[in-house]
Amino acid sequence: MSFVNHLINGISLGSVYALIALGYTMVYGIAKMLNFAHGDVIMIGGYVTYILCNKNGMNGIFSIICSIAVCTVLGMTIEKVAYKPLRNAGSPLAVLITAIGVSYLLQNSALLGFGADQKSFTSVVKIKPISLFGGKLSVTGEVIVTIVTCVLIMVALMLFINKTKAGQAMLAVSEDKGAAQLMGINVNATISLTFAIGSALAAVAAVLLFSAYPALSPYSGSMPGIKAFVAAVFGGIGSIPGAFIGGILLGVIEILGKAYISSQMADAIVFSVLIIVLLVKPTGLLGKNIHEKV
Amino acid sequence: MKSKIKSKKYSDLITFGIVIIAFILMQGLTSLGLISSLLKGLLVPLCCYSILAVSLNLTVGIMGELSLGHAGFMCVGAFASAFFSKVIVYYNPSFPAGLRFFFAIIIGALFAAIFGFLIGIPVLRLKGDYLAIVTLAFGEIIKNLINILYVGLDSDGFHISFKSSLDLHMANSDDIILNGPQGITGTPNDSSFFIGIILLLITLFIVLNLIRSRDGRAIMAIRDNTIAAESIGIPITAYKMMAFVISASLAGVAGALYAHNLSTLTALPKNFGYNMSIMILVFVVLGGIGNIRGSMISAVILTLLPELLRGLNNYRMLIYAIVLIVMMLFNWAPACIEWRKMLVAKIKNKNTSKKEVA
Repeated sequence: MSFVNHLINGISLGSVYALIALGYTMVYGIAKMLNFAHGDVIMIGGYVTYILCNKNGMNGIFSIICSIAVCTVLGMTIEKVAYKPLRNAGSPLAVLITAIGVSYLLQNSALLGFGADQKSFTSVVKIKPISLFGGKLSVTGEVIVTIVTCVLIMVALMLFINKTKAGQAMLAVSEDKGAAQLMGINVNATISLTFAIGSALAAVAAVLLFSAYPALSPYSGSMPGIKAFVAAVFGGIGSIPGAFIGGILLGVIEILGKAYISSQMADAIVFSVLIIVLLVKPTGLLGKNIHEKV
Repeated sequence: MKSKIKSKKYSDLITFGIVIIAFILMQGLTSLGLISSLLKGLLVPLCCYSILAVSLNLTVGIMGELSLGHAGFMCVGAFASAFFSKVIVYYNPSFPAGLRFFFAIIIGALFAAIFGFLIGIPVLRLKGDYLAIVTLAFGEIIKNLINILYVGLDSDGFHISFKSSLDLHMANSDDIILNGPQGITGTPNDSSFFIGIILLLITLFIVLNLIRSRDGRAIMAIRDNTIAAESIGIPITAYKMMAFVISASLAGVAGALYAHNLSTLTALPKNFGYNMSIMILVFVVLGGIGNIRGSMISAVILTLLPELLRGLNNYRMLIYAIVLIVMMLFNWAPACIEWRKMLVAKIKNKNTSKKEVA
């Protein structure tokens, strides 16, 4: 039974990674940039919920909505101020370094605003753990809520992308920016929308992540951010189902690796699996293989 | 054509000149006692970061591939060389320090080169951002492995464990060389500013000569157009591997310098994690991709900047971040470049009109 338990925990952690990875992968698909500040948006989302819900005792749902609003505005502002001016810059590295600068900025603003000490995040989820098979298998409320939320968001996102006009515009811009513009699509608005959705998902992921792993500090966004980035690459960066599958797999591998191989080597195991996958499929599990033409 | 080659040579000489002048200046100021102890402590790290920036520029600027795992190679070099020094000290405490450090640097460079080669085999098959993420992964794996590795040395030879220091079964716990997360303690303090400058000059010599050579031109041809380069018979993988291995081994040299400047060497996320790799990348991009002198200068400025801002306490890293973003926008945004050009043209116009009036 412990295997099943680890598996469920893995899927739960993986769901959080998947939500964060969606933010990476959508932004990459459309703006062709690695948004290194995404992990720090998660951290900010965590702090907003912490202050509203844990410190001031506001309603959980209300605090989450506030956190989503703050992250959405933050994501769009970052895009407007820091990334948009560099969209046609000479080197793709320019915007990458700017993203790193934004990441430093968010971390140090949080350090000044909220202090360096680690805060203990009280779970927002109020569901009691469920025990199955006569107590052999116990699933916490956080795990259930995480998995359900992730699946719902995934379905909603797929419907949004495939059925709505704005979603189709996003697909078109990620395919060919110039052609999309000629077809009358507002490229700037579409990119803004992508950042908004990605950041909103980051806020949701933040609540779920810190409910399960309650240590909140100005730097606690960066490692989940990097792991989610790995998940996005793992599934094929730019692909939305890929981010979902990559996230879940990465979470399961991490938890199983921790449980059965070595808890200290968990990171090394995760990264080794990534390398092996990329050796077999150089563009990730669901990535498109684009052949270069002369 | 000939004048172009000549101007490149002058440009290289200027680069060497800057380093030597900086060295003389710092030595002069030190002997006059005009340098704060804080800055004195930064001299060796400055050399170290400059070497790292120059070597990463070989991968990023000359080869045109984004590497996010440069700190991993530095980590390998640092631990290999510190380990070697400790072993030498154990067997022969009276071994001359200069020679020991010389060999330690070679060992550091060698090990980093071996890792560079091993990592290069899978990495160089990938492209663009995938290559970047795999190098990042390798950097993290190296850091993680060093943190769980325990090695001891006594009269029975080496004891190795991946679990804990107790599993080494050592009679005397003082003989543990590499103690997992606690790292290597008591590395002989062999680094000095002079050696750092010499190593920086050697690094510059190697990299600049490579760029000006036939091999360097081949590497740059691969960067500019891989398919065209392949079609004229340039062996892509061999040249890419060459640049990658040289870059890795130079990072190993920087690691050796770094390790012998500290009494305790630990593989923390701060010094060998991806944050460090990114920091080196920031030096390279801000100094100008492919511009060797620029990456050296920006490494120095960006290392000194947080120290100079120390008076602002908590605000210094915030200001550092803002400066970084503003500098990137100013340097790279097409709108800014346009505006700068207009400004320059305006100033020039004013000057010429003034002359005409006169």
